[in-house]
Amino acid sequence: MNAPDPVRFVAKNMRLDLELIARTIAPGSRVLDIGCGDGSLIDKLFHEKGCDARGIEIDMAEVTHAVAHGLPVMHGDADTDLAHYPDAAFDYVVLSRTLQAVEQPRAVLRQMLRIGTRAVVSFPNFGHWLVRWQLLSTGRMPMTSTWSRPWHETPNIHPCTIRDFFDLCEAEGYLVETWLAVDDAGQRAPWRRFPRLANLFGEQGLFVLRRA
Amino acid sequence: MFTSYANGVMNRPTALTDVAHTNVRFDEAFVLDCGTALPGHTVAFRTYGTLNSARSNAVLVCHALTGDQYVAEQSPVTGKPGWWDQVVGPGRPVDTDRFFVIGVNVLGGCMGSTGARSEKADGSGEPWGTDFPPVTIRDMVRAQKQLIEYLGIDRLFAVIGGSMGGMQVLQWAASYPDSVFAALPIATAAYHSAQNIAFNEVGRQAIFADPNWNNGQYWRDGRIPARGLAVARMCAHITYLSEEALTRKFGRRLQSARKDSAEVLNLFGEMFEVESYLRHQGSTFVQRFDANAYLTITRACDYFDLAADYGGDLADAFRGTRTRFLLASFSSDWLYPTPESRSIARALNRAGANVSFVEFPTDKGHDAFLLDEPDFHRTLAGFLRGCAMHAGLPV
Repeated sequence: MNAPDPVRFVAKNMRLDLELIARTIAPGSRVLDIGCGDGSLIDKLFHEKGCDARGIEIDMAEVTHAVAHGLPVMHGDADTDLAHYPDAAFDYVVLSRTLQAVEQPRAVLRQMLRIGTRAVVSFPNFGHWLVRWQLLSTGRMPMTSTWSRPWHETPNIHPCTIRDFFDLCEAEGYLVETWLAVDDAGQRAPWRRFPRLANLFGEQGLFVLRRA
Repeated sequence: MFTSYANGVMNRPTALTDVAHTNVRFDEAFVLDCGTALPGHTVAFRTYGTLNSARSNAVLVCHALTGDQYVAEQSPVTGKPGWWDQVVGPGRPVDTDRFFVIGVNVLGGCMGSTGARSEKADGSGEPWGTDFPPVTIRDMVRAQKQLIEYLGIDRLFAVIGGSMGGMQVLQWAASYPDSVFAALPIATAAYHSAQNIAFNEVGRQAIFADPNWNNGQYWRDGRIPARGLAVARMCAHITYLSEEALTRKFGRRLQSARKDSAEVLNLFGEMFEVESYLRHQGSTFVQRFDANAYLTITRACDYFDLAADYGGDLADAFRGTRTRFLLASFSSDWLYPTPESRSIARALNRAGANVSFVEFPTDKGHDAFLLDEPDFHRTLAGFLRGCAMHAGLPV
């Protein structure tokens, strides 16, 4: 029905976790939001928490929209632009539903934890039961409300599961300060303390990381 | 709609009209970057809107190569509307109902600020001409700082400018970070590239080659190197447009040409519309601009290399700055292309500065910053609104 639009990060239309991310950030912090879209989170963090929040966005139309609303957003790419920030320039570096779409997720995470004290990362969970079920029962790439584009068009080139992400954090030596899995409505669920259950029922994972 | 332009004007050179410009005179010696001291100098300026009691709502507009201080009003020289009428004025993005806007003619210019047309200080009553010392973008900005102090303003709410105006904005932010709350360098670069210098050199050589050039002392026989200056403008004007825009506006269309013995090619009886357009641009330019000022100012642009003044790393020009920046570029601008703005934005990132950076899609080339670009204008307005909020100005 919809012609594929050129927006690289399809998951951007899911704004549900912004509220949860905002809750993890201390008032008055310096924040960089990578893939900030129209800047909703930085707007919220400035007005509600007095943060010095800035954004990077790859979609120029979103950048224009954000700057025209008085938000400090620059056109840039998570894969190439983080290298230009000094060490420890931010208290938090946020990557909301963008990790799965970058070219080098490991390098992006490393940069995030170089330029920021903490990294806040959210991503759609490829381990969700519906994704597993669709692949198992149909033998085709899953199509869900989260994974909504055919395999040949998706910008989400690096999907991962919540368990995969735990493994990566361990391999890289990052401390998982907090984590949670949420359903499609952004609500935390009762199975939240059990990684294997979260990996099955969580639509999204949300992690706050620190360097060890 | 395309109109046919008269093309004979450049064959009838007339001297630049003398107009009284509002100005302020600074009598103490002004030592230029080149080491030469001007024994005092004049800064011509215009203001729009009202300075608030806290003197915190002033916006300085820096003009481009051939611009002037008549930002938002009819030019007394050309009778045309202000060059940034669409951006500066009541209810415009730079809203003169809210901001006190200052337009200033650069040092070395020919609209009332001290430059090659000004009287030399040796009592001869002659203009400086080619004896006018070379000036830099930093000299221009230092002269502007004197004006701002004269107006009783400690901190400008914003400094904004496109092209060479953007270079002045960058220099302002580097030289006087505490005096600039917001900096908006538009369609610009932190240094002149070899290609930028090359085009300027073609223009300068055209002026030198004019039979009326007279070693720069063309006023002696009451003439101006109009053809050379017109060619310089024609060449430069091409760099302000884009291939797409030229194709859209003119294509390969022909028009009949006026018979004019001085225009050999007109013997063919027809000319391309784009030729006619460029000749018009050239011929109107010579009526409002001085050839020696053109040399001074193009040279100032060519010398500009902000990073070089700070040990080679542009980030060092902005370390610790609290100024909020908006970098804006235009997709079809090949004179100061987007990568130039991007590298400034990245340098500002390295310096930890607060920076917004947008590229606007357009086929209008470098000139887009002067034209009707609604997204650009909306973004300017929004950025300034956001900054006003952070500066504690009424929004």
